[in-house]
Amino acid sequence: MERQMIWSIVTLGGLGVLFGALLALAARFFAVESDPRVEEIAEVLPGANCGACGYAGCQNFAQAVVEGKAAVDSCIPGGSETAEAIGKILGQDVEGREPVVAAVFCIGDREKASSKFIYFGIEDCRIAEEYGGGFKDCPYGCLGLGSCVAACPFDAMRMGPDGLPEVDRDKCTGCGLCKEACPRGIIRMIPREERGHLVLCNSRDRGRAVSRACQVGCIGCRACVRACPEEAITMEENLAVIDLDRCNDCGECVPKCRPGCIIPRKGPATGVEATETKTISA
Amino acid sequence: MAVSIATFKGGVHPEYFKELTASLAVTPVEPPKQVVIPMLQHIGAPCEPLVKPGDRVLVGEKIGESEAFVSAPVHATVSGEITAVAPHAHPSGQMIEAITIESDGEDSWEQPAAVEFDWEKLSPDEIRRRIREAGIVGLGGAAFPAHVKLAPPEDKPIDTVILNGAECEPYLTADHRLMLEQPQQIVTGLLIMLKILGAGRGIIGIEDNKADALRVMRQEIEGRPELKVASLRTCYPQGAEKMLIEVTAGRTVPAGGLPMDVGVVNHNVGTALAIARAVTEGRPLVERVVTVTGGGVARPANLLVRIGTRVGDLLELCGGMKEDTGKLIIGGPMMGLSQPHPDIPVVKGTSGITVLSDEEFELEEATACIKCAKCVDSCPVNLLPLFLAEAAEHGLIERAEKYRAADCIECGCCSYICPARRPLTQWIRLAKAEVLKRRRQR
Repeated sequence: MERQMIWSIVTLGGLGVLFGALLALAARFFAVESDPRVEEIAEVLPGANCGACGYAGCQNFAQAVVEGKAAVDSCIPGGSETAEAIGKILGQDVEGREPVVAAVFCIGDREKASSKFIYFGIEDCRIAEEYGGGFKDCPYGCLGLGSCVAACPFDAMRMGPDGLPEVDRDKCTGCGLCKEACPRGIIRMIPREERGHLVLCNSRDRGRAVSRACQVGCIGCRACVRACPEEAITMEENLAVIDLDRCNDCGECVPKCRPGCIIPRKGPATGVEATETKTISA
Repeated sequence: MAVSIATFKGGVHPEYFKELTASLAVTPVEPPKQVVIPMLQHIGAPCEPLVKPGDRVLVGEKIGESEAFVSAPVHATVSGEITAVAPHAHPSGQMIEAITIESDGEDSWEQPAAVEFDWEKLSPDEIRRRIREAGIVGLGGAAFPAHVKLAPPEDKPIDTVILNGAECEPYLTADHRLMLEQPQQIVTGLLIMLKILGAGRGIIGIEDNKADALRVMRQEIEGRPELKVASLRTCYPQGAEKMLIEVTAGRTVPAGGLPMDVGVVNHNVGTALAIARAVTEGRPLVERVVTVTGGGVARPANLLVRIGTRVGDLLELCGGMKEDTGKLIIGGPMMGLSQPHPDIPVVKGTSGITVLSDEEFELEEATACIKCAKCVDSCPVNLLPLFLAEAAEHGLIERAEKYRAADCIECGCCSYICPARRPLTQWIRLAKAEVLKRRRQR
């Protein structure tokens, strides 16, 4: 009995030692050369695999950065912090990009914007856009079926009660996937810093067509352009556009806007948070 | 005589409802007081208007033309004055530039420019030119310019022309009536096509639920050994290009390929008729047969109407839409496009106007996929609709491409058969559009 036990232990133990030695040798001879920096960089990346950098995922991006194929500051969600961390690993100096956040440039919700017909199709803006050019009278306004919400890998968007998407600026990393998902180009990336006013409308139609389709659409009356002391507002295809670098938040334009689509991001005068800055209470 | 019942793999058997209009002769409709003629009624480049408001035109006068090869000119369909050149609602759902003509009530026609009307004396190039000038496009619904299909590249010889008289779309009977009423013209159109292409064989494919049309067409081709009428099993989508070629000619069009890759050109019977009239009478495409049908109209009918006639006017002519209308569709219920309002013109590709009553139109909530694979069995092009739709739903475009989203013919069999009522075709359409977009970017 004892003999059998000893032999078993010796045999199995011996096999273990033998295989261990073989593995050790294999690891030496068949080793795959890898750059330890790839792992280090992957470590500091957000790890959401959002693809905003143009690579399939964070690991691929890390590999590309080490190989010099991707720029150090290409990780948009990670922002300047990540860029600096990557720069440290690679021994480069990095100037971070200005952090951005997504904003929905439409406030024509179900009540304020009218519809051409009842849409029965599946809940996807890109499909709805194909059928009859979208069910809203306004061909530029938000369809509210949430393709952007579905595209957000950071859980930073959700559909609001009024049928318009809301951005949670704390969670938004500015990756821009929502912007690409929107068939109407309603979402734009704007500086993260809460300054300036926004014209929350996307309609390029002429005034009469706009007011027929939506109560809060920019009718291109130019009242805001005339009111602005800084000359920060220009008209682009019947739509007022505010240059955020020039806007000094004086708020002169807000009372002049008849449809009321100019909203301060966080105006000193009002202190009201604009649509795009709404935070989501859990 | 032995009855061959040819069919393809897959497909579905929806109720056909053709009895509503199948026995009604085509009724010509008076030229309307006003027509709206869109500049885009075909696949390809849109036309540029050749007229401006205030101009007077005759019936058959060319009012829109494009220099692109894949395009077809458009003609005035009433005589009178041009009142507007502006974007107008189009059955595709987009706003498309259109010419509005106010009729003078005289219906005076432009004299055809051609002098020789015996097609056997004309050269193939001259016939092709006349077909293009007449603005003829595929009248089955896709509206692909006819002259383009009839001008294959030299390295792709064509030996077979197939005429599509399957009319597998439920409700519609326009082609059925044409085959009964004008078989001679249809055969002439087919012979003209054989001549242009130098093809030795012509096949007319007809579903076996149209026994009278089969009989009439068989009589018409007697004494012409190069022509054949094929009886096809009644099964949707028997009339889809790839299915029809497989069944009648026994050739499989490769994925991503065209019928000419297997030596075949495929045209609708209505197109053959239009070609015959363009070549032998010099008559441009200004009218077509439209089936107005469905439980939502009081008096369903097959109408011969001028292109540009308002759909709403035709519905009124048929007794108007009933109170309980559930859906207005241009085309048939399987592949047609649902419309928000009837203020749209009949275009070259409008084969039918289907008004479904609330009873016929039911909206059911989609539930979870139970992986029964009925969609796989029904798919005529051997795709896996459930996985494709799943990939599209989750934005996995690469996976959708791997599952061959681009090969979908959008026939709608999968959505029709799905017991969970999942909108599979819609999702696959999205995936297909995204895949094709990516391919163009590459």
